[in-house]
Amino acid sequence: MFDTLSGRLDEIFTRLRGRGRLNEKQVDEVLREIRLALLDADVSLRVVKAFVKDVRERAAGAEIHKSLTPAQQVIKLVHAALIDMLGKEASGLAHADRPPRIILIAGLQGSGKTTAAAKLARLLKSQGRRPLLAACDLQRPAAIRQLQILGEQAGVPTHAEPDAADPVAVAGRALALSRGEGYTDLIVDTAGRLNVDRELMAQLAQIHDALDPTETLLVCDAMTGQEAVNVAEAFSSEVEVTGVILTKLDGDARGGAALSMTYVTGRPIKFAGVGEKLADLEAFYPDRMASRILGMGDVLTLIEKAESAFDEAEAKKMEEKLRKADFTFEDFLSQMQALKKMGPMSQVLGMLPGMSKLPVGDMQIDEQLPRIEAIIRSMTMQERNNPHLIKGSRRSRIARGSGTSVQEVNKLVKQFDDVRKMVKMMSSGKAGGGMRLPGGLKVPPNLGL
Amino acid sequence: MLEGLLPQILVGLALVLLVIGVVAARRRRPSGRRGATRMKDLEAMERAGRTAVETPTRAERDKGEEEGEAREEEAGPLPETAEAAAPPRPTLRDRLVKSRRFFAARLSEAFGGGVDEDTWEDLEAALIQADVGVETSTKIVARLQVAAKERGVSDAAELKGLLAEELIALFDSVELGRDRALAFAPEPPTVWLVVGVNGTGKTTTIGKLASDLSHRGKGVALAAADTFRAAADEQLQVWARRSSAQLVRHQPGADPGAVAFDAFRFARARGLDVLLIDTAGRLHTKTPLMDELSKIRRVVEKEGSVTEALLVLDATAGQNGLAQARKFTQAAGVTGVVLTKLDGSAKGGIALAIESELGLPIKLIGVGEGIDDLEPFDPKTFVDALLS
Repeated sequence: MFDTLSGRLDEIFTRLRGRGRLNEKQVDEVLREIRLALLDADVSLRVVKAFVKDVRERAAGAEIHKSLTPAQQVIKLVHAALIDMLGKEASGLAHADRPPRIILIAGLQGSGKTTAAAKLARLLKSQGRRPLLAACDLQRPAAIRQLQILGEQAGVPTHAEPDAADPVAVAGRALALSRGEGYTDLIVDTAGRLNVDRELMAQLAQIHDALDPTETLLVCDAMTGQEAVNVAEAFSSEVEVTGVILTKLDGDARGGAALSMTYVTGRPIKFAGVGEKLADLEAFYPDRMASRILGMGDVLTLIEKAESAFDEAEAKKMEEKLRKADFTFEDFLSQMQALKKMGPMSQVLGMLPGMSKLPVGDMQIDEQLPRIEAIIRSMTMQERNNPHLIKGSRRSRIARGSGTSVQEVNKLVKQFDDVRKMVKMMSSGKAGGGMRLPGGLKVPPNLGL
Repeated sequence: MLEGLLPQILVGLALVLLVIGVVAARRRRPSGRRGATRMKDLEAMERAGRTAVETPTRAERDKGEEEGEAREEEAGPLPETAEAAAPPRPTLRDRLVKSRRFFAARLSEAFGGGVDEDTWEDLEAALIQADVGVETSTKIVARLQVAAKERGVSDAAELKGLLAEELIALFDSVELGRDRALAFAPEPPTVWLVVGVNGTGKTTTIGKLASDLSHRGKGVALAAADTFRAAADEQLQVWARRSSAQLVRHQPGADPGAVAFDAFRFARARGLDVLLIDTAGRLHTKTPLMDELSKIRRVVEKEGSVTEALLVLDATAGQNGLAQARKFTQAAGVTGVVLTKLDGSAKGGIALAIESELGLPIKLIGVGEGIDDLEPFDPKTFVDALLS
């Protein structure tokens, strides 16, 4: 499969060695990469075309920032355009003029309507509202039972008529009930239907007309491919779709369907399903989705984890030390403990954009870390703070103490010094694209930060 | 947004770089005998550990394959039924009419004028829109270009024929020596495990399979090993009733491995022919749930053998379908794919990518919600229907 977009763009720019304003040919080449990245993320082709056109226009009028590399500029531009198309920020449910607020749930088979309905009910209940669920999926065996059980788990009553045959009538009676009993919200689960099934699509329109809902939410599987445009088109031509629920986002699909859905319906994604538990329904964050579609690594997740793992003041101090190359083994040890809180090193690396190019997987980093730690812990405090002291007999003592070899100790001390120098260069902005790591590995020129 | 966090990121990055540097350097030039030996030991130990885990499974699987050879006469379950079925059902071609129209439209667009640069680009676009994926589409178009040049094809209609050939060849190339029919065990009960992500149609597929087997006079047991989703067992029960199959189920939340094991013993004791195991939908990224799937297979294989592990894949799935196929194969030893919901306008092009990249045969296709709406996958019909 393709590398991340930023990685691919870096490649282009390294090849071109072009700085400053891009010429038209370069723009074309860049747009081709963006097109491929979006297609690979399952954004529907038609939407990709419209989007690329939009980006081209933006690129023409864009100001050139001296502080950014061309790749960074393009990424920034594309990212912003994606967020614009996905909707600028999380948007909640609309309010009804008078209760109950009616929420109609529709979508293809297996997209997760029943689960989404129950999750929504639970969410509304937790906000102090009084929702009622209505089981209008009379098609799939045991669908009613499923909603009843989920409703019980959420502590929300379910209106169900197991022997009924007409979902329109059931919806109507559920509405009357919700009005009569003073429910604040009515969430109507419907049967899954294919967008090409005329009969069932017409039935959906009837249910919609009978209810006149405040919200009609189209449920879409995040793993959906090119078909997303057709689905969005068919459903929004039959009923007035007011928003989308994107489900199964806890998988590893890039979720290009999100873009296709918002582009075609012109409506925001209101919620995201992120797990199998009823509590796993979240507000939708367009900026995160944009990063995900672009395959930019989950920078935001990394930042969140870093925030909770590192003390800010401490980090500032460390940064200062890094800039001046005063960073010691003792600092390294303490920071490594913090880093460990973020999860296995290999996983943390995977979240860094651009790192996918390094053969991280087969380096057994997590297995190697304890050895490095053992070496450092076998140093005296004085040695840790003054690495240049480590010579001769000190080395063999450290090797003995850590159960490693003198050569290993040597290597660590040497690498430490090299990286210290390199980080100093990086942080002072002197290093251009692609610097060499001591191990002979190339660091991606810009890590998308 | 990022500026405020720069210190944290920088510090983290420095650590990460340092670790990579040290580890990479060590791997490149193993320093010191002692260190090198340790590394080797570590690798050897790891290898030994892996072998220890894999050996029984592999042995069992080999056994399964030998058994497979001994039952050649057992054909796939579906073709026979198709012939026996009394009411004439719409053919796959009819059902694919939607995709055909679409594809034909795309193609006539592609073949509108003479064959030029745009033709190839349009062709690639058509394949991409069918969810074939950029990589596979590019490959197909590249092969088509070579073939067209070799044979001197410059006519649009001829090119279409050539494309059909190329597509069929893609299916055939991995088909060599492989049967798309479902395999039966030499001694009943035959066990088919059905797996997939959430909402692809596992339970419905099992219902259709059970009905087909019953019609052919086979005794069928269903194991409700989806103990997670609310009312999944009740859904399966409805299908069991419709297809006159026996249902084995436990309490909701019970261990799915235990359900499968009990069902196997039940099927064997009753002398039933086939056991179909329904499992909970799970995202392929959830390691504990994937491990659970491996366990279900292992537990059944204590006393019997799983001759088919069928991955149920939604035709609307995009490129993530490949990742699903990979992960499920790792966890459950997938032997074939069931492509569902092909009666919609989704083209199911990811099937091409899965076959050509992973060599997993598409065995069945789901073309509707009715109990008979399951058909054997035939690459020629599939491709013809797409292109005619």
